[in-house]
Amino acid sequence: MCLAVPGKVVAVEDGSDPLTGLIDFGGVRKQACLEYVPDVRVGEYVIVHVGFALQRLDEESALASLQLFEELGLLEEEFGDAWQQAAREAGEPAPAGAPESGSEAR
Amino acid sequence: MKYIDEFNDPELARRLLDEIRTTATRPWALMEVCGGQTHSIIRHGIDQLLPEQVELIHGPGCPVCVTPLDVIDKALEIAARPEVIFCSFGDMLRVPGTDRDLFRVKGEGGDVRVVYSPLDALELARRNPDRQVVFFAIGFETTAPANAMAVHRARREGLGNFSLLVSHVRVPPAIEAIMTAPACRVQGFLAAGHVCSVMGTAEYPGLADRFGVPIVVTGFEPLDILEGIRRTVRQLELGEHRVENAYPRAVRDDGNPAAVRMIEEVFEVTDRNWRGIGPIPASGWRLSEAFRAYDAEHRFDVAGIRTEEPAECRSGEVLQGLIKPTECAAFGTTCTPRTPLGATMVSSEGACAAYYLYRRMNAPATQGARPAAEEMNPVA
Repeated sequence: MCLAVPGKVVAVEDGSDPLTGLIDFGGVRKQACLEYVPDVRVGEYVIVHVGFALQRLDEESALASLQLFEELGLLEEEFGDAWQQAAREAGEPAPAGAPESGSEAR
Repeated sequence: MKYIDEFNDPELARRLLDEIRTTATRPWALMEVCGGQTHSIIRHGIDQLLPEQVELIHGPGCPVCVTPLDVIDKALEIAARPEVIFCSFGDMLRVPGTDRDLFRVKGEGGDVRVVYSPLDALELARRNPDRQVVFFAIGFETTAPANAMAVHRARREGLGNFSLLVSHVRVPPAIEAIMTAPACRVQGFLAAGHVCSVMGTAEYPGLADRFGVPIVVTGFEPLDILEGIRRTVRQLELGEHRVENAYPRAVRDDGNPAAVRMIEEVFEVTDRNWRGIGPIPASGWRLSEAFRAYDAEHRFDVAGIRTEEPAECRSGEVLQGLIKPTECAAFGTTCTPRTPLGATMVSSEGACAAYYLYRRMNAPATQGARPAAEEMNPVA
């Protein structure tokens, strides 16, 4: 979770509070808070960490990082089902009540 | 040189390695601070590709690994309460407390939720006004702006059922602690790129001067890491100790000023315990006075919990670069990702987990060092 993952801004919700956009991380799309990069535009790449865009990044660097993170399994870790991962790790079934998707609320 | 063909640009990687080889005339010990860099280094065998004179020491830059045991125990106690929805990032689920982990608490009926962002936890608080929603706010400077904004908004909205269990840590005091430790061998630092994306580089020149060490801000891709090493070794050979930014495409010298302002409004600097290392002065953040009402430690009266590390776990020495994971007797025997003694074996950013996944048989880099396909997903 210390890594920030690069992604492409595919939509900005004008007037949203906090300022929010849709980011494409190599196929996985997630909402992210854009309050810390308020001037960002659709089509630009940003570094996103725990749902917050922290800096802009050029496209070439972003695509190279995405490829690396995929190779390292970090995209699955970041966006996959955390309960399933933890269950595999523990050698046990996921606890009852754990959602099928990895994260809540959004 | 088996791994080098897998680099994005193998030819550039060879050139960087050649330059490091011809530049290094003496032994140098460098520390990469960031756990993500450690993961990338071990996965790509960068430490094995380097000339003998250049040694990489793995630093304490894994937020999951350094969260102290007593904070994990506080999290477990809060998470087990019936009125609580406890929210955490997924990589905290298997971090061992004294006698269980969050995964176990969930199995025993605790309402533990995995969130992608602290704003998701805030949304849960809005939707569940009759429950207490607690977010486990761990992490370095990269994570602090997100957690700061979550609690800032909670106060603005008057959400009385949202709080943070805070265990934030800061890199510069950790560098200072490493350099002042009697057994320190570190002569140069690869500073963590994404931490500097937020904080910029202003905190580092004083450290470089005081300890006479080069500090090179470095990214995460293998070529970034080689470039960071090349620049650090060049400075060392020239007798220099400057701060250099080798990751300018993501790091501005002033970082992200808006994010830093938010951190400074919500948090104040405090002493922190680091798991396996112990207390480091001024090495963390806690909620500032204006936001203290959102501190879960006080809301749930767990501030008194104190615990001891298991004696056989040497993760503290690993985190300080004093030993390699394979030098611990428990490594790969009583301590594995399935039965971790310490957090360095849990998180994919932990040095022990990286060694276990990619070098579990302690084999030479050129044979038997790659994980089987089903193990490619770190800590999975």
